Amino acid sequence: MVDIRYDLAFKLYPYEPIATQTQPAQRRPVVIVGGGPVGMATALDLGRKGTPVLVLDDHEGVGQGSRAICFAKRTLEIADRLGAGQRMRDKGVVWNVGRVFHGPEQVFEFNLAPEGGHKNPAFINLQQPYFEKFLVDEIRVAQDEGVPIEIRGRHALTGLEVVGDHVRLEVDTPDGPYQLEADWLIACDGARSPIRDMMGLSFDGRVFEDNFLIADVKMMADFPTERWFWFEPPFKDSGQSALLHKQPDDIWRIDFQLGWDIDRAKELREDNIRARVDAMLGEGAEYELEWTSIYTFQCRRMAQFRHDRVIFAGDSAHQVSPFGARGANSGVQDAENLAWKLDLVVKGLAPDTLLDSYAQERAHGADENILNSTRATDFLTPKSEMSKRFRNAVLELARDHAFARPLVNSGRLSVPCVYDGLSLNGPDRLDGPARTRVGAPCVDATLADGFLLDRLPGQFVVLSLDVDAPQIEEVDGVPIHHVSLDLSVDDPNDMVRARYLGDAPYAIYLLRPDQHVAARWNTAGADDIRAALRIALGKGAEI
Amino acid sequence: MTLNLEPNIADPDGFYDELLAVHQGLSDADSQALNARLILVLANHVGDRQVLRAALKVAAKR
Ligand SMILES: Cc1cc2nc3c(=O)[nH]c(=O)nc-3n(C[C@H](O)[C@H](O)[C@H](O)COP(=O)(O)OP(=O)(O)OC[C@H]3O[C@@H](n4cnc5c(N)ncnc54)[C@H](O)[C@@H]3O)c2cc1C
Repeated sequence: MVDIRYDLAFKLYPYEPIATQTQPAQRRPVVIVGGGPVGMATALDLGRKGTPVLVLDDHEGVGQGSRAICFAKRTLEIADRLGAGQRMRDKGVVWNVGRVFHGPEQVFEFNLAPEGGHKNPAFINLQQPYFEKFLVDEIRVAQDEGVPIEIRGRHALTGLEVVGDHVRLEVDTPDGPYQLEADWLIACDGARSPIRDMMGLSFDGRVFEDNFLIADVKMMADFPTERWFWFEPPFKDSGQSALLHKQPDDIWRIDFQLGWDIDRAKELREDNIRARVDAMLGEGAEYELEWTSIYTFQCRRMAQFRHDRVIFAGDSAHQVSPFGARGANSGVQDAENLAWKLDLVVKGLAPDTLLDSYAQERAHGADENILNSTRATDFLTPKSEMSKRFRNAVLELARDHAFARPLVNSGRLSVPCVYDGLSLNGPDRLDGPARTRVGAPCVDATLADGFLLDRLPGQFVVLSLDVDAPQIEEVDGVPIHHVSLDLSVDDPNDMVRARYLGDAPYAIYLLRPDQHVAARWNTAGADDIRAALRIALGKGAEI
Repeated sequence: MTLNLEPNIADPDGFYDELLAVHQGLSDADSQALNARLILVLANHVGDRQVLRAALKVAAKR
C-alpha cells in the first residue's frame, strides 16, 4: 500500500511496476527519495553530468496547490544551466515593485529592479507545480538524449539501513514491496522527512505560534503586478498582516495572519474565507477560490546534513518560514552544491570528504536563511508589548522618514549566500570587488554576445580577463574549461570590469562547477591553479 | 568613535524640560510609543553600531 497524501496538479510519472520486483536487490550508485523541486533539480544536475540517478517518489506527479510562488534570480540562473530557465521566465510573472501599508495608509514602496546586465530578473512569481513540472519536462528531454535518470512514481521508501559501503532500501508499491541498494542516498523527502525519522535524527528550532491562511484566487482584476503587504490591515477580520501578490494565469496569492488560537476547520470553510477575501478586495469583486490552506511556520534545521552515505537536501535538512522566499530557493542551491561534488565522488575523482563541505556550506546557508526569516517573522509577529511598540514606531516613522524604511521587515528576499572562510576556498590574491570575492557566487554580466553565466558550464572554469592563463586541461582527472575574455571586445559596457576587476588591470578566476568563486589572482601559474583546484576538491589537507 | 558618557548637553535643565514637555498629557501607551520613536530617531543619528551596542549595554545595566 502506498498512501496518497495529496491530489495532483500534474501527473508526470505514473506508477509502473518494475520487472526486478521479485529479484535480488539491485544496486544503484545514487538514489534520490522525493521528487519535489530539490530532488528533481538534483537528479537533473547529476544525470546531466553522467552519474546515473534513480528518483523514488511516493506520488505520481506534482502536488496540487502552490506552496512556493517567488523564485529568485539565483534559482533561475541554476535552472538556466539545467535547461529549464527559459520556460520559467516565459510563464512567470516578473515583478519589481512592492508596497507596504500600515492600516489603510501606505508606508512606502520599494523597487527591486536589478542593476542592468543580468539575464534574470530579481524574482519571478510562478506556482510551484509549474516550477516542478518544467524540471521534470527537462528531465524527459535529457532522458531522450540518453541522460541516465529514472523516475519511479508511487514507489515509497518505507525503511532503510546503512550497511558498510551502501544503504539498503525498502520500497513499497501498489504491487507490493521490494528492496534496493544504493551507494548514496539523497533524502529530498521534504520537511516531514520520513528518512530523518527512520534514522532517529532530530530537527530542532522554533515554531512560530501563528496560523497563516493562504488563499489563491482566480480573478480578472486590474491590480498592478506588485507585492502589497499590510501590517494591521484595515479590512475586517484580516488578522495581523496580509499579502496580495500576482501569479500567472490570473491567480493572486492572498495571505492572512490569523494568530495562534483559531478553529482551523471553521476558518477553512469557504464562506469564512470568502468573507475575508471580500473585505480585502471590496464588495462585488468576482473571483474563484483556486486553493486554500492554513499553515503554521517554523525555522529549524538538522545538526548535520550528511550522515555517512545518507545526505539530506532541501526542506528535509532545513525549514524556514516563507517570509523571504527562502525554502525552495535555498533547496535548489543545495541541489547544485551537492550535484557536482557527489558526481566527482561517484566517479572516483574526489575523496568522499568533499561531501562534508556540502554539509558545511549548506548549513552555513541554512543558518543565514533561518536568521533572516526568523527576524522577518519577529517583525511580523511581535512577541511582546514592547516589541510591538517598536515595530509600530518603525512603521509610523517610515511613512515620513527614509531612515526607518530599511528597518521595515516583511521578508528579506532570498539571495544566495557567500561561503566566506569555508574549507573549499582557495587564495584571494586580487584586490578586486567584494561581491565576486572567493566564496561568492558569480555575478552575471552582459557580454558583447550574450551573458557571462551562460558561458560557464557545470564544470571547473578558469576565467581569464585581459591576461593569459596557463592552459591546463585537467587536474587529477577533473576537466577544466577555459573562458578567456578580451574586455576591449567582449565587455562593451564595462560590466565585467566593474564586477570582476574593480581597479585591478587584469585577473584570473577559478570558478567551481556551481559558479562560486574558488580562487582569484592577478596572474596565476599552473601550480597555483592546480593547488587551488585541489583545495576545491576537498584535498586541501593532502597537499 | 566611543560612546560619550561625559556631560555633552548644553543647558541640561532646559533639555530635560523639553523631554518632559513632549510627554505632557499623553496616555502611558502614547508616551511609550513616543519613546520608541525617539529611540529610533536618535539611534539612526548615531549610526555607529559599536556606539549603539555600548549604549544598549549601559542602559540595560541596572
Ligand atoms: C505557504 C508556503 C509558501 C512558500 N513560499 C515559498 C516561496 O515563495 N519561495 C520559496 O523558495 N519557497 C517557498 N516555500 C517553501 C517551499 O515550498 C519548500 O521549501 C519546497 O517545496 C521544498 O522542496 P523539497 O523538494 O525539499 O520538498 P517537497 O517539495 O516537500 O518534496 C518532498 C517530496 O518527497 C516525497 N516523499 C515524501 N516521503 C516520501 C517517501 N517515503 N518515499 C518517496 N517519496 C516521498 C513527497 O511526496 C514530495 O514529492 C513556501 C512554503 C509554504 C508552505
